Amino acid sequence: MPKPTPFHERLAKLNEAYAWKEWSGYYAPCRFETNHIYEYTAFRRSAGLLDVTPLFKYDVRGRDAARFLSFVTVRDATKLKVDRVTYCCWCDERGKIIDDGTITRLGDDQFLLTAAEPTWRWLMHLARGFDVTVEDVTDRIAVLALQGPKSRDVLKSCVQGIDFDKLTFFGSANGKLGAAPVRVSRTGYTGDLGYEVWCENAQALPVFDAIVETGRSYALRVCGLDALDMTRVEAGFILLGIDYFSAPHCVLDARRSTPFEVGLGWTVQLDREPFMGSASLEAEKKAGSKWELVGLETDWEDLERLYDAYGLPPSLPGQASRAAVPVYLEGTRVGQATSHTWSPMLKRYLSLATVRADVAQLGTELKIEHTVEYDRRAVKARVVKKPFYDPEHKRKP
Amino acid sequence: MKKYDAIIVGAGHNGLTCAAYLAKAGKKVLVLEKRHVLGGAAVSEQIFPGFTFSACSYVVSLLRPKIIRDLELTKHGLHILPLETTFNPYLDGTYLLRGVDAATTRREISKFSKRDAEVAPLFSQAMAELSRLIKPIIDSPAPDLGSLKPSNLFELLRMGRILKDAGDDWVAANLKMMTMSAVDFLQEWFESEKLIAPMSASGIIGTFLGVRSPGTAYVLLHHYMGEIDGSFRAWGLPKGGTGAISNAIASSARALGAEIRTQAGVKQILIKNGEAKGVVLENGDELSASVVVSGADPHRTFLKLVGEKELEPDFVTQIKRFRMRGSSGKVNLALDRLPSFKCLPGHGLHLQGDITVAPGLDYLERAYDDAKYGEFSKKPFMNIVLPSVTDPDVAPPGKHVMSVFVQYAPYHLKEGPDAWPSKREAFGDAVCDVIEELAPGFKSSILHRHILTPWDLEKEYGLTEGNIFHGELSVEQLAFLRPAAGWARYRTPVAKLWMCASGTHPGGGVMGTPGALCAQTMLSEGAV
Repeated sequence: MPKPTPFHERLAKLNEAYAWKEWSGYYAPCRFETNHIYEYTAFRRSAGLLDVTPLFKYDVRGRDAARFLSFVTVRDATKLKVDRVTYCCWCDERGKIIDDGTITRLGDDQFLLTAAEPTWRWLMHLARGFDVTVEDVTDRIAVLALQGPKSRDVLKSCVQGIDFDKLTFFGSANGKLGAAPVRVSRTGYTGDLGYEVWCENAQALPVFDAIVETGRSYALRVCGLDALDMTRVEAGFILLGIDYFSAPHCVLDARRSTPFEVGLGWTVQLDREPFMGSASLEAEKKAGSKWELVGLETDWEDLERLYDAYGLPPSLPGQASRAAVPVYLEGTRVGQATSHTWSPMLKRYLSLATVRADVAQLGTELKIEHTVEYDRRAVKARVVKKPFYDPEHKRKP
Repeated sequence: MKKYDAIIVGAGHNGLTCAAYLAKAGKKVLVLEKRHVLGGAAVSEQIFPGFTFSACSYVVSLLRPKIIRDLELTKHGLHILPLETTFNPYLDGTYLLRGVDAATTRREISKFSKRDAEVAPLFSQAMAELSRLIKPIIDSPAPDLGSLKPSNLFELLRMGRILKDAGDDWVAANLKMMTMSAVDFLQEWFESEKLIAPMSASGIIGTFLGVRSPGTAYVLLHHYMGEIDGSFRAWGLPKGGTGAISNAIASSARALGAEIRTQAGVKQILIKNGEAKGVVLENGDELSASVVVSGADPHRTFLKLVGEKELEPDFVTQIKRFRMRGSSGKVNLALDRLPSFKCLPGHGLHLQGDITVAPGLDYLERAYDDAKYGEFSKKPFMNIVLPSVTDPDVAPPGKHVMSVFVQYAPYHLKEGPDAWPSKREAFGDAVCDVIEELAPGFKSSILHRHILTPWDLEKEYGLTEGNIFHGELSVEQLAFLRPAAGWARYRTPVAKLWMCASGTHPGGGVMGTPGALCAQTMLSEGAV
């Protein structure tokens, strides 16, 4: 049975839709009203507050902590400055991706690693020979994501001790929210201006209340995962278990991917000491990858034509879809689209897809399966730039 | 003198749309706007510092998806925010809240009629089907009944086929919609006045008719037109106010090479030997172009900018008969806090959608009575939105903007239209009094009040007689009759003068279609 997060008491009261799902063993709200469109709008146009406590969190500390994380992940953590965050992934010895997450450098010898799946055993397995301790703090630290163009205004008005004009993209700082000590990082999963607020479980409710109260003046909404899923597709962010699979869990080798194949090639830092998977990754970088993760945009006019043939207006799910469908080029399957969303912001139907590297160039016209009236048909879709939505204010100081 | 392929008079959303399409086709286009801001009646203005108002038009419902795509409007800043619910407060302390979800809507209507609650989705479905039949008609130029040109015959044939394919039931339903009053039509479906009254009110918006006047049923259909676009969802609140739509179109037009000038009012359209040659600005400058396109309404275009002497008397008569007679006003309020309604106190879903004050049929009919005799309604019909609930950028933190569409406010007061300035405040008071009655304490939350009477709409925004649709949207003024029989395809009797705004098919409602269709027609006919 899932268990409640430290924010549950408040979330349950607000959740008029009674819509919950299980997320890493916790109850997580899908949406608070029967329609999640206002929550989506808050993420994009004001501020959305989301409980992300279920993320796995590991406190990694010790003299070798930086070296250790550099060995485990594809990132050179020794280069990470204190109070900075980096996004990364980690692989098995064959360079096949296991999981992705963020590393925050809390001090010279202290880091916080987040993960989508339980990772403690893997970290401990690799820790031999390093002067390092790894503590699973998942159940001890509560986290709220505050995302959207007004998120900075909200935090500026309620957090003390942090200069938000100096907290740059992927920066992190300690402050106080009322009496509660908090760590705020300028990170998130929506591709917008946004922050994550970390605190001890005991402080969770006062922190939540203060943010919500301040947020009232900025059209803040407490949001669920349905709205998040739409924004993360718009942002072009992949999700473990949907857009790619963790190597140790795959039955078929074909299901396993490398960071290069899921669009995380930019996180791989090869020019350093060997690390998990580095030999294979180096070889792949030279030889080229087989697959590529791309953005696809469905051709709306073709979609209209398809529906029109059935006497219907185009109908798309109001929520992001995680139904994987084949992608074709001239009748041959060249990959699969794994996440989809109608973007109310961009008025475009978007998908994240893994396709053969030779058909991944921007502008390539492919076809994507689309079901109308039980008939599986295909509509035109074009390879387009990712992220689909990338506002200037995301990175702006 | 710099010569343009086309000069467009007025930077309303249609003028800008027309300009963008012409520029996209490589034409050299100049748009001239009298005011300091773009958008015409689709405008956002900071009338009170820190508060951004959609001064006139306030929601987007029918902006055509194709235009959004063709002109890449989302890239140019267009974002439509959701506006999902309809809240109807009544004077007896009850209320109806629709649109939260199907089950809630059913339960809500059941408070007044269990039968109506189950009929409502069937009605919506029927309306959506009817709207879809009409889609090809609103998305293409009106066929010309008087013409035997093959292209027109084809158009007529196509319309005929749409109706034939629809089946007899639909034809009957369509005919009823064209001829009946909103109330009579709704009473064929529903029994509860609590439902019929607010629904019927959408049949009178922008017309000088009452809910029991024949022909008002047709306008109901416009309410369901959003359905025709399926998942595209082009209805809601424009982020940053309605001006954001115009600004997005302008930004697109500029990116395509169009030139747009503000504070450049056109005094006269230059005509030589029955042919438009250019324009004369209010400052006396003359600008020449191969074609002139008017974004002004038919009265202003022909009777003021062209002048009667350039036109055939029959045509002048037709244009004079084209009814403007504005019937509505607008009250824009800056609020210190959100209103709390007596029937549903506090904040909630009901404040994030539209709020319709149409508490009964007699209430609406009495509101019309006042107007018939040349007075504004003492207790008017109102359509209210609070954009700041979803869009925090339009008001300072914690403050709000309220947009109140008010009907009736007849242009022709019994003392004459020029009596409006002296009645403006009393009109505003009448509006605020009704809201105060429904939401006690409301008046004390008002920080600033901006009142637009039909007289103001004419003087400031150039809408003749304050008609928000450039001419009433009544059946006899639509399609091939808009604005005059034989001149419904954006051409005018003056050679090289075209019309591109709401006074042409398919009419008003921030669709952008007249502008787009005008440009497409000009291009396909090689007129520019």
